[in-house]
Amino acid sequence: MAVAEQPQSIEEQRRWEGSLDQLRGLVSERAITGETMLLNMGPHHPSTHGVLRLLLELDGEQIISCLPDIGFLHTGIEKSVEDKSYEKAVPLTDRMDYLSPMSNNMAFSAAVEKLLELDVPERGQIIRVVCLELARCASHLVWLGTHAIDMGAMSVLLYAFRERERILGMFEMLSGQRMMSSYIRPGGVWRDVPDDFLPTIKQFLLDFPAKVDDYEALLTKNPIWKDRAQGVGVIEPDVALAYGMTGPALRGSGVNWDLRKAQPYSGYETYDFNVPLGEHGDVYDRYLIRIHEFRESMKILNQAVARLETVQGPYRSENNKYCPPLRSELGQSMEAVIHHFKLWTYGYDAPDDEIYNAIESPRGEIGCYIHGTGANKPRRVHFKTPSFIHISALPVVAKGYLLADMVAIIGSVDIVLGDCDR
Amino acid sequence: MGVSSKLGNLGVVTTTVEQAVNWARTGAMWPLLFGLACCAIEYMSSQASSYDLSRFGMELNRATPRQADLLIVSGRLTRKMAPVVRQLYDQMAEPKWVISMGDCASCGGVYNNYAIVQGVDEIIPVDVYIAGCPPRPEQLLHGILTLHEKVRGERIADWA
Repeated sequence: MAVAEQPQSIEEQRRWEGSLDQLRGLVSERAITGETMLLNMGPHHPSTHGVLRLLLELDGEQIISCLPDIGFLHTGIEKSVEDKSYEKAVPLTDRMDYLSPMSNNMAFSAAVEKLLELDVPERGQIIRVVCLELARCASHLVWLGTHAIDMGAMSVLLYAFRERERILGMFEMLSGQRMMSSYIRPGGVWRDVPDDFLPTIKQFLLDFPAKVDDYEALLTKNPIWKDRAQGVGVIEPDVALAYGMTGPALRGSGVNWDLRKAQPYSGYETYDFNVPLGEHGDVYDRYLIRIHEFRESMKILNQAVARLETVQGPYRSENNKYCPPLRSELGQSMEAVIHHFKLWTYGYDAPDDEIYNAIESPRGEIGCYIHGTGANKPRRVHFKTPSFIHISALPVVAKGYLLADMVAIIGSVDIVLGDCDR
Repeated sequence: MGVSSKLGNLGVVTTTVEQAVNWARTGAMWPLLFGLACCAIEYMSSQASSYDLSRFGMELNRATPRQADLLIVSGRLTRKMAPVVRQLYDQMAEPKWVISMGDCASCGGVYNNYAIVQGVDEIIPVDVYIAGCPPRPEQLLHGILTLHEKVRGERIADWA
């Protein structure tokens, strides 16, 4: 096997490590003189939940300051979307927040629908709610497993992934893909739910509440877990609001803001569910909120599945200028073939206008800004993602805590670097 | 069974040093605990309950490259991350192997743009490529078994 020579002269090494002078103004003077210690955490670190680099300034074990360095996963998705028609941009949005691709699809699709003033039929909206809540559970399960591992509880991951596999199995049933499903598309969903989906999800809904109890039995009253989590990483409500935090990180501080309630979309206003709120804003409260969100998602899913059985009809818009005709029509209708050809080659024109639309992803508000050109490709697409905002608040949150608490704080705000860097 | 029929009642196995070493290497190939993007989540799935990589002696992920044998590049490699991955690879002790997991790591995948390195083989040598975006855990297992096959055929002299 050919192995290249060890690279880099000392100058070269310095050039990409940077010199201490470049840090002047970012870290305190004490760090420059060597009184406090500068420590790199990441980009390769098991507990940074991806390729995040933190430059920590430590006094003993206490964190004096924390400088997040992002962009190690910058993929240029926003730029790539500018070169694609709206329908073809959906698969790229999957890969931003790779723990809940459905939410990204929904954020983008809902924004495109707003731009086109396109309505989604009721059945399509119900299927979307099912997908979004399943995605919330799947995402929280990864969070639960990895967060617990970070804090030393190794076995939780195995239980959490056991249930996650079942959810991914359902996504595969719907879309043919486990993770990057691209199932929610502008105008509705890709196809109707298959026949065996309803029995599968019903069985899952029967089983899952007991599993959530199991997770709680492992952690909620565990004294080690409490010691690691309670009173750590406290986010004051005004700090959370000032930094624009959303999702469980905000609600953990007791601020009642959930876009499913505040700006309902996809018919969320017709479902009966609660928004769990924390009191102290610490790691433990954020943990409890996500555990409660499992149960609230179950509530929504139960209602949505019941509606799926009664509400029939189209699952995506029947406006064939924007949504492909049914496969079965292609053999019979020339018009359908023309629409199909036009949609998959050129796409459709969207107005020269700008819109912003936000939804509640498992991590918080994921918003999509689209500036149309009047043609089939957008001029600019921007995603406002929760992870980016939560990372920007890390320096304030982490200040004064111990180095060992840093992993707990990172885990509890639940960042995904693909979501942050895009 | 295989071994006992060869053994007879002599209590002796004859083999070559090479075969014994390669057998040991495939039986306990410690991967580096390292993930880049979406594929890392499928890699975690492979590690977790349903797929269970420990069946192949891989349950022990080492967070430090000095103790790892296998680098699974799981996800898209950005230009900013490329020097880091190269450094991780350089820090691994020989013998070492690389699996390029997923389309992005293998060839850039859907991202042919300014930010993404078009394949991790531009910076480090790769032993096994796995297609898929992201590959299913079964595909990763198949890739790992393919690598085992390759390792079983390796000659010690190649590493010397």
